Amino acid sequence: MTKMTKDKQDIPTTGHEWDGIQEYDNPMPRWWLWTFYACILWGIGYVIAYPAWPGITSATAGILGYSTRAEVAEAIAEVDRRNEAINAKLATTDLTAISEDAELNGYAVSAGAAVFKTWCAQCHGSGAAGAKGYPNLLDNDWLWGGDIEAIHETITFGIRNEDNDLARYSEMPAFGRDELLEDDQIDQVVNFVMSLSGDPISATLVTEGAVVFEENCAACHGDNGAGDQSQGAPNLADAIWLFGGSYDEIRETVYNAQFGVMPNWDTRLTEAQIRAVSTYVHQLGGGE
Amino acid sequence: MAILDKHKILETNATLLLVCSLLVVSIGGIVQIAPLFWLENTIEDVEGMRPYTPLELAGKEVYIREGCYVCHSQMIRPMRDEVERYGHYSLAAESKYDHPFQWGSKRTGPDLARVGGRYSDDWHVDHLIDPQSVVPESVMPKYGFLANRRIDGEYIGDLMKVNAMVGVPYTKEMIDNAQIDFRVQADPDEDYDGLLERYGEDSVSVRNFDGAQGVTEMDALVAYLQMLGTLVDFSTFTPDASR
Repeated sequence: MTKMTKDKQDIPTTGHEWDGIQEYDNPMPRWWLWTFYACILWGIGYVIAYPAWPGITSATAGILGYSTRAEVAEAIAEVDRRNEAINAKLATTDLTAISEDAELNGYAVSAGAAVFKTWCAQCHGSGAAGAKGYPNLLDNDWLWGGDIEAIHETITFGIRNEDNDLARYSEMPAFGRDELLEDDQIDQVVNFVMSLSGDPISATLVTEGAVVFEENCAACHGDNGAGDQSQGAPNLADAIWLFGGSYDEIRETVYNAQFGVMPNWDTRLTEAQIRAVSTYVHQLGGGE
Repeated sequence: MAILDKHKILETNATLLLVCSLLVVSIGGIVQIAPLFWLENTIEDVEGMRPYTPLELAGKEVYIREGCYVCHSQMIRPMRDEVERYGHYSLAAESKYDHPFQWGSKRTGPDLARVGGRYSDDWHVDHLIDPQSVVPESVMPKYGFLANRRIDGEYIGDLMKVNAMVGVPYTKEMIDNAQIDFRVQADPDEDYDGLLERYGEDSVSVRNFDGAQGVTEMDALVAYLQMLGTLVDFSTFTPDASR
């Protein structure tokens, strides 16, 4: 204690005095001071190396020539370069042969999962289970075909979009809205359709509905309602419903007609990406 | 160091100290901010940017009112993961007609800078009415009420005037026709040639965005979202590396 007091008396003060309180003029700690000088030096080096000082028309570019744009372009090019060989292989291998090559298949499924999460999950769900109006890709009920070639075609050109002339296209007539069927005929045919996979509301209307179905629906949906993948006509006998299977929901579909739109991906994804996501969807469980 | 000995003058005059502190802080600010106004490479010229149409502008107002920016950014950073997920990184020019800009600072939901054209109008309507119906894991609130709120664009011309005052190049013709343009963009049965002529044939979509009669806030918001990030044609864009 005594020593300290003595030392303090030797320390000079700054000469400031506030109400009798004086301020010691202690030097900064050495480590602090040297860190401070090092920071200044580093700062000067940084300004020389990286873009920094603004001028009249542009800022100094820095001797390292750093640019965030060049960096991201390089990062993307690097990944492309590393995957170049396998992407080229994926884009040229016969679609049905992809699953036979374990390495290629593994790559396609992983890359396809990434593409799916980015571009497809919003409608088809992150687990591909779909939602009302957006098809489930896990089951074996396919609107336009579930073999890998059909899936590839659907993804490439899309469905009912206006951007690609090769998009798959079909349109169910709005039987009620456009007055193609009477109200009681619609009741009949809805009951018939319900009888294909479950219990109708009224058994007596089913027989009459069968006639209406035969005349108006069978051309696309088939005589027994099994659907037709060549024109995207859903199977009506498998108890899987895109727009709901209750009486009201089926009636709504017959009355107003409902069908979805899918974008074409040929302009947004590369062929390798499309094949990857086709492989991914194909192996989810329902692939034929 | 005679000048350093004079600091007592500063330290004993509070007002002088305040003024001089402000001066020192200003120098730091000016050095960082002022060059942005004259450096040519701050905002590069890009093809395709146009002022928002009246309906899109109304949609942007809905976007701001509902606080969409709190959970969604509109700023794709130049990093590989972002570019692969969202598309080309955002350019300064793409938000030059935003007052205020909608870059946001937090992503509870995904970035929306290039959401335009990525989904169908139906998807947007379904999603805004009940986000969980299409994205079950979403925590987004429901905005179904937007579909019931009719808007007529009565004051949209005034808003465009204000935007014009702060530098958005709205012409007198655009402002005079604001309410007509507002209405026809959501109704393909009307005569929308004037709208296309004023704002550009290729970049304006005329559709009944919400699928229902009349113009609602839903129409406006979907029109705005479907335009986001679609104006610049990146096939003609060559990035200048020195940015």
